[in-house]
Amino acid sequence: MTTPVETGRTVKMEILRQDTEGGATRWEKFEVPYRPGMNVISALMAIQQNPVTSDGKNTSPVTWDMNCLEEVCGACSMVINGRPRQSCSTLIDQLEQPIRLEPMKTFPVVRDLQVDRSRMFNALKKVKAWVPIDGSYDLGEGPRMPERKRQWAYELSKCMTCGVCMEACPNVSEGASFIGPAPLSQVRLFNTHPTGAMNKDERLAEIMGDGGLANCGNSQNCVAACPKGIPLTTSIAALNRETTVQMFRNFFGSDHMVD
Amino acid sequence: MSKNHEFYWRRLHSLLGVIPVGLFLVFHLSLNFTATGGEDTYNNSVGMMDLVPHWLLLIVEWIVIYIPILFHGLYGLYIAFTATPNVKRFGTFRNWMFVLQRFTGVFLVIFIAWHIFQTRIQKALGAEVEFDMMAEIVSNPAMLAFYIVGILSATFHLANGLWSFLVSWGITQSASAQKVATYVTMIFFVLLSIVGIAAILAFV
Repeated sequence: MTTPVETGRTVKMEILRQDTEGGATRWEKFEVPYRPGMNVISALMAIQQNPVTSDGKNTSPVTWDMNCLEEVCGACSMVINGRPRQSCSTLIDQLEQPIRLEPMKTFPVVRDLQVDRSRMFNALKKVKAWVPIDGSYDLGEGPRMPERKRQWAYELSKCMTCGVCMEACPNVSEGASFIGPAPLSQVRLFNTHPTGAMNKDERLAEIMGDGGLANCGNSQNCVAACPKGIPLTTSIAALNRETTVQMFRNFFGSDHMVD
Repeated sequence: MSKNHEFYWRRLHSLLGVIPVGLFLVFHLSLNFTATGGEDTYNNSVGMMDLVPHWLLLIVEWIVIYIPILFHGLYGLYIAFTATPNVKRFGTFRNWMFVLQRFTGVFLVIFIAWHIFQTRIQKALGAEVEFDMMAEIVSNPAMLAFYIVGILSATFHLANGLWSFLVSWGITQSASAQKVATYVTMIFFVLLSIVGIAAILAFV
């Protein structure tokens, strides 16, 4: 390990602690040595090495989730100074101090800053966010995707299930059943794919159920918060049009299942 | 609510807010606007209602006004109270509109209940709906303020509701289309508010 650069400066942090799932919460203050180029995770690692609060009390090391450290896995999301974002790509130099860290409370908090995002993964399963290509024989090549469409769809595919849009949405909470912006946008992505579109109606049927698409309240916080700049509200509005058509098909009867 | 019908209930809520409740509001404020032409003009316009047979008027009132507004109001309360407003953390224009839509909606349930009690129920109990009835109500400054806030809440709730109606039914999709819709609906809010406020002030 390289010797840390001694800057003499410190970083003031306040962290919302929670020892058990559903347990009591408390704020704890920390002061860690500043190093140039620090991000929130390296500050948390400094606390892990020396879990002592700023008033000198020993405490347990802070728990958080992390994985890729380059803002593509979505695991390290937390609420930093009031805004949900990734702790890996959030630099200390760009933050006002004291830096306040909280878990994304729209999800069940496992411990400290670690949350359980299972509802998002379950939602992806529910809406069949994949392209089914399995058959009992070789199905051959699928239809081609126009290049310009591919480029556009790539933007939607950047979703990393990080949960930031879910935390920002006023209609997503543990008590409300709304599926949330991220899984909805994935329905649009997979309904756009030429092979995925073969099961378009099944995905639409899922988001036309309880807690589905219509539970969106148009606050548009999701699109403002998304770290990947995914046009979530455009996806939602586009699906609104798709489901309007599907609704009339279902109601008046149609033998067109897919198109 | 039966299982897996929430989507349809929410779409119905969106539709009823515009047709017939929104249309009724425009008609209602326009009719009241005749009060700016004086007591007689207003009494004449309102008197036209008496030309419709009473039983037919009752059927129309229930189907076009009471049932849709009751559903829209009660289901709207459910929608409003299942949200967790977060304008402190996300102070964007749309998020403020989100909160205002729910706030005005809840206030309108109270205002409309009171308004119906003060006018329609009094009519059913034998009072005459005419210029003097409203003039007497708004002679109380607190009541006048209550009515002005009520009218502004209603015009805002309709104008902004039209904006979300356009999104919810997939008519405005892109960010730019939705922005144009914001301007159009806000102009509508201002114009309809002028009609409504001019009407209530005509009774003072």
